Amino acid sequence: MNDLSPKKERGKLAKWSRRGFIGAGVLAGGGLLIGIGVRPGNPIGALAPKVASGAGEQLVNSWVKIDANNIVTAIVPHCEMGQGAHSVLAQMLADELDAAWDDVRVMQAPTDGSYVVSDTARMFAAPFTLNAASWIEPTWDGLFTQIGRFADVMITGGSSSIRSTGQYQMRIAGAAARQMLKGAAAEAWDVPVGEIITRDSTLFHEASGKSAPYAKFASAAADQPMDHTPTLKSPAEYRLMGKSKARTDIPAKINGTAQFGIDAEPDGLDLSYAAVVRPPVNGSNVTRMNAERAMEMPGVLQILNMGDFVAVVGDSYWHAQQAVNAIKIDWSRSDSPVLATEDQFAAFAAALDHAGEDGGEEVAARGDAAAAFSEAATAIEAEYKVPYLAHAPMEPVNCTALVKDGKCDVWTSTQVPLMARTAIEKAIGLSKYDITVHHPYLGGAFGRRLENDYVTMAVRIAKATGYPVKMIWSREEDTQKGVYRPADISRHRAGLGPDGKLMAYGSVFTQRHDPAEASVPAMYDIPNTSVRVAASELHLPFAAWRSVDHSQQGWFVESFIDEAAHAAGADPIEYRLAMLQSSPRHAAVLSKVAELSDWNAPRANGTAKGVAIVESFGTIAAEVIEVDMTAGKPKMTNCWAVCDAGFVMNPDGFRNQIEGGIVFGLTAAMYGEIDLAGGAVKQSNFHDYKMLRMNEVPNIEVAIINSGDVPVGGAGEPGLPPAAPALTNAIFAATGRRLRELPIAKQFA
Amino acid sequence: MTSFTLNGQPVTVDADPAMPILWVVREKLGLNGTKFGCGIAQCGACTVHLDGEPVRSCSTPIAQAEGREVTTIEGIAGPEGELTKVQQAWISEQVPQCGYCQSGQIMAATALLRDNPTPTDEDIDTAMSGNICRCGTYTRIRRAIKVAAGIEQPLSERLPGEA
Repeated sequence: MNDLSPKKERGKLAKWSRRGFIGAGVLAGGGLLIGIGVRPGNPIGALAPKVASGAGEQLVNSWVKIDANNIVTAIVPHCEMGQGAHSVLAQMLADELDAAWDDVRVMQAPTDGSYVVSDTARMFAAPFTLNAASWIEPTWDGLFTQIGRFADVMITGGSSSIRSTGQYQMRIAGAAARQMLKGAAAEAWDVPVGEIITRDSTLFHEASGKSAPYAKFASAAADQPMDHTPTLKSPAEYRLMGKSKARTDIPAKINGTAQFGIDAEPDGLDLSYAAVVRPPVNGSNVTRMNAERAMEMPGVLQILNMGDFVAVVGDSYWHAQQAVNAIKIDWSRSDSPVLATEDQFAAFAAALDHAGEDGGEEVAARGDAAAAFSEAATAIEAEYKVPYLAHAPMEPVNCTALVKDGKCDVWTSTQVPLMARTAIEKAIGLSKYDITVHHPYLGGAFGRRLENDYVTMAVRIAKATGYPVKMIWSREEDTQKGVYRPADISRHRAGLGPDGKLMAYGSVFTQRHDPAEASVPAMYDIPNTSVRVAASELHLPFAAWRSVDHSQQGWFVESFIDEAAHAAGADPIEYRLAMLQSSPRHAAVLSKVAELSDWNAPRANGTAKGVAIVESFGTIAAEVIEVDMTAGKPKMTNCWAVCDAGFVMNPDGFRNQIEGGIVFGLTAAMYGEIDLAGGAVKQSNFHDYKMLRMNEVPNIEVAIINSGDVPVGGAGEPGLPPAAPALTNAIFAATGRRLRELPIAKQFA
Repeated sequence: MTSFTLNGQPVTVDADPAMPILWVVREKLGLNGTKFGCGIAQCGACTVHLDGEPVRSCSTPIAQAEGREVTTIEGIAGPEGELTKVQQAWISEQVPQCGYCQSGQIMAATALLRDNPTPTDEDIDTAMSGNICRCGTYTRIRRAIKVAAGIEQPLSERLPGEA
């Protein structure tokens, strides 16, 4: 098994940069190690064996290594869950390094504190520092690396991989490595470093005609001084960034060889399989269990009453699951007063009633909303309601674990491998130095795999058995016993001036999680605004769900803006554009989507278009959806999207993410609903927690605006928030029926 | 004991005859390309071919494979690993995101194109609507099927200069 005890450092340590941002070390045989984001107390010596895979490799820093065949490997700290992060981060590093793209490989960084995604921590903890000119200043970086390490931030989420790790670490790693390679070649060739150029993983000196592959100078580069602020390329110099390079993970995903968490079959381990049942109501415990029949069933090895859940370990997952289904369990009563969906909504309504017209916590305020409401020529009000949602990644939650001889190894699909390690530490009382989290590809996550509930269950089972166990949740368990996007109610009011313009805007709702500003329509020039939250407790456990608060707030806000436009008798795009005078990027995105969708074209009978625009995770996304209502229910025919993410690193990868976000948003809008009965989730599998399918998705066209000169925006989430409001706004345009509740499909049944 | 042909090779496996093909190929025969998604034939992630026809392996007992041919995602490429037109189109259109459902999608598309080399949009809807993609790659799957059928140009030709 993997031994994480400190390894003896092989070879000498090279010069340590006092600036502390980039560190260096040496591999066996005199190879080079340089680490970025590495602190004094440089752990590279210990890291090297974990990422070295063959003799003759030079680790150029903790994010890049070069082997004797001149293969450049990008060591990526983010997980790959379908968003393409592995590939695009390698693309960013390779561009700054001037590496030959065909000779670039990607490696998942091991679960180690040295790979904390410090700038992700920083983005969430103190985003203002990211735009500061001196962002690279070691004090800040040191601080945030420490915060990251403390908070186990080796995290993939928040549409952050490109914007944080890519921009602030991979590019710098590539640029620094290139400078050091140039420095080493300049010394060896005795020529000025400024005369050396790099291209396709090769160093050239034109005047003398000399050239050499990077591998030749990888080792000598160790003694080069390290510039902690290497010059990055300007967009005009990009060779790979901005190009639709094919993703490196796709070939393995079309022939069955890609390894997901559920595919873990660690060498030398004879796996058993566990199926589990958790209480129908979160927080309950087993009070009585009758497993007599289950014990007699084929393939059953052990039945474990873990108190808060029951596990059957068997010779196959299927046998274990059949046996779990045969166990009769009485669970303790939950003291939650919420039994049915209506109880949850009643609790929200009570909180909102209590807050009244000015109670609750202020999220954003501008002008004097109260006065403006009272002076408005026209007042409109609307209440919107959204249900709980499950993530339902295609790969059901699972985790393989071995707990033996004071050590623990787990293999699992997770967005947070370091947090998983800490959770294991707490669950079974081992030191984190004795825990290894192996994390292969994720079969979807969407926020579900930010939680470690399943990881701790697997290690507790493995601790109880003493032999390696692969625990898999059934789809039913996954749908009913997981973590959820919150339900909510949001109440809105608007005051329109005599010309129909929005003079005052107000909203109050009960759920505010992340991002904090998701509910604020800041892009619009509305003189008086009051946004409030009247917090109310959730019955089901919360989890971030693709785009988090934007998933409901995007729909609330853009539905209501649409209502205001119609109340003013204005065209929905014209009405919005008139309020985007101070937001030229938003206006450009909206104008372009009007053009792309031929917004003003005469409508075919029974069809209509709706629009919405939402900025989330640094990207502005506007979408127009066309519906055909001739069958008496919505059939989505076309969707046009325009996005401004500042600069898109991989246009096709970006479009794929936006397309996916749209389908995810439309799926929730049409069908997504998690209901409660007796305090438990009613839906159980894809027959009653429905997904959009091939025959239901519209054509989707995505256009990109690279407005540049702004921080780069995300890709994974921003496509989602405008989808639902664009759809319900289209349904209103077609039918005059305003939908203030999701999901849609059942309202046309 | 159940005997059948798996990806062209005869196999005999000692498994509970009620056990679904999915779990036999994954856990007993070591082929992990076929995926578990729902267990009730609702999502298509587990699609394999039984005598050439796409079936949901999560809900088809191994006993039904007796004497028949089972083909999984691992068995569709040529003897030297040459990718099929469907697999090539999945790459050219950059279809997969997480990739978990794609084995099933490719098995369904392969059967479609074998029986119907120039499918219409409606044909594609009918053949593919049993397969869920939670990442939402449907528009790319549709396009890749058309590229594999030679009805549409691959991405590199539609958007030259972007790569």
